[in-house]
Amino acid sequence: MIPVREPLPGRTKIEIRGIHMAFRTEESDVRVLEDIALDVREGEFVCILGPSGCGKSTLLNIVAGFLPPTSGSVRIDGEEVRGPDPRRIFVFQERGVFPWLTVEGNIGFGLGKLPRGERERRIAHYVRLVGLEGFEKAYPHELSGGMKQRVEVARAFAVNPDVLLLDEPFGALDSITRLVMRGELLRIWQAEQKTILFVTHDIEESVQLADRVVVMTARPARIRRIVTIDLPHPRDLSSRRYLELRDGIFEEIGLAHKI
Amino acid sequence: MTPRRRLEAILLPAAAAAVLIALWHAAVRWTGTSVFPSPGAVAGGFAELARKGLLLRYSRDSLLRVAAGYGAALVVGIPAGVFLGWRPLAARAANPVIQLLRPISPLAWIPVAIVLLGVSNMAAVFLIFLASLFPILVSAMNGVRGVPAMYRDAGRNFGLSQQALLSRVVFPAALPEILTGLRLALGIAWIVVVAAEMIAVDSGLGYLVIDSRNAGKRYDLVVAAMLLIGAIGLVLNLLVQRVSRLRAVRWGFREETP
Repeated sequence: MIPVREPLPGRTKIEIRGIHMAFRTEESDVRVLEDIALDVREGEFVCILGPSGCGKSTLLNIVAGFLPPTSGSVRIDGEEVRGPDPRRIFVFQERGVFPWLTVEGNIGFGLGKLPRGERERRIAHYVRLVGLEGFEKAYPHELSGGMKQRVEVARAFAVNPDVLLLDEPFGALDSITRLVMRGELLRIWQAEQKTILFVTHDIEESVQLADRVVVMTARPARIRRIVTIDLPHPRDLSSRRYLELRDGIFEEIGLAHKI
Repeated sequence: MTPRRRLEAILLPAAAAAVLIALWHAAVRWTGTSVFPSPGAVAGGFAELARKGLLLRYSRDSLLRVAAGYGAALVVGIPAGVFLGWRPLAARAANPVIQLLRPISPLAWIPVAIVLLGVSNMAAVFLIFLASLFPILVSAMNGVRGVPAMYRDAGRNFGLSQQALLSRVVFPAALPEILTGLRLALGIAWIVVVAAEMIAVDSGLGYLVIDSRNAGKRYDLVVAAMLLIGAIGLVLNLLVQRVSRLRAVRWGFREETP
């Protein structure tokens, strides 16, 4: 069994302060994010949960340094984010895998500066970690969606970033593969001690994965509530506490959990 | 492919060709034409050309001109296209000019080529260069412009410099589209070399067509030259198709993989 992770009193890793974001269109300014403030501790797994199109991906892009916010700031380890950096890797849906490179080539993509032997050792390690042994020389178009997503995750982990930013990474996968991938992500996260910011619109997913779930409103997105998930891993998905937390969020969003 | 399929793939086209040759032969017989050659006469024409050593020499001359003009278009067109695709402002400046020049038939450039370079080998090569340049330039530009932002972001995220981003992400991502342009351009180049050789030079397959007609209406040689042009064009196209089956670019040609 995997040891229980204490709700970490640890050091603050990511400080998000007063983020506002507006996109200018022909007619008007579209307000996407309003006054977002959030601290993420080192080694914490935080899910950002909100309806599709609410702006949560925009927030993740700002934290990654791909987009400058209209106002506010993001600091990581006390240092202001001014652009993308290999210390924090953005994980796209499986479409972010480079189709012109093999599995090996993709996983080793960020390892160009390492000596050859070290690079090969690391590639082999992460190929094993995501269970793609035997597919090292395969090209992405020869793989299934789930396998491509593993490549994407392995490519991110291989450069040993402190922070992983995942943007609905399992959204395009079938429900069985998605469950398997969640389990694998948790396993890797626990083995490698990363800080993870994970964007999703799936309530169950957020309660299964996160230490804390940040529930967002519809656009313009604000933080509605932050729910601490005080459940040890592996989580029993039929336990009273799990259902309580899950239903609490359903209610928070105003959805009756019935169909 | 199953062995049966493979056999069909050879037999069916062979049968179609045989029917066509039979019809051709019959048509020449029935009409009693004295101008248009029968298949047998064309075969004789081939033999005559081979005996004189013209078959190889003219094919070689045509191919060398294409190699020179097309090669120059590659060297100029790919970097220029990649640059324009990479710098949207430059593309916006250059695009109207490109779109204006592109639809002009390379044949319309013949007088210009002759004024600039004389009735010479260089004029023919220049025409082939022009004809190949635009498809290559435009495909490289569009290919680079169409690279998904996600790939660029991922590349930047891994700490690539601008130059590394271009060579390790943008170029390979654009390569399938660039190869499509290269294939198109080679087809055009092979068409244009024949036309250019009719006007500007005294060797090559285009020259063979026009010279056989002018010097004694040797239509057996004209048709032999035409068939040879078709056959070489076919081989060139197959060679380029080969390139697009390479595994590192095949992802971009999914609809064409067998």
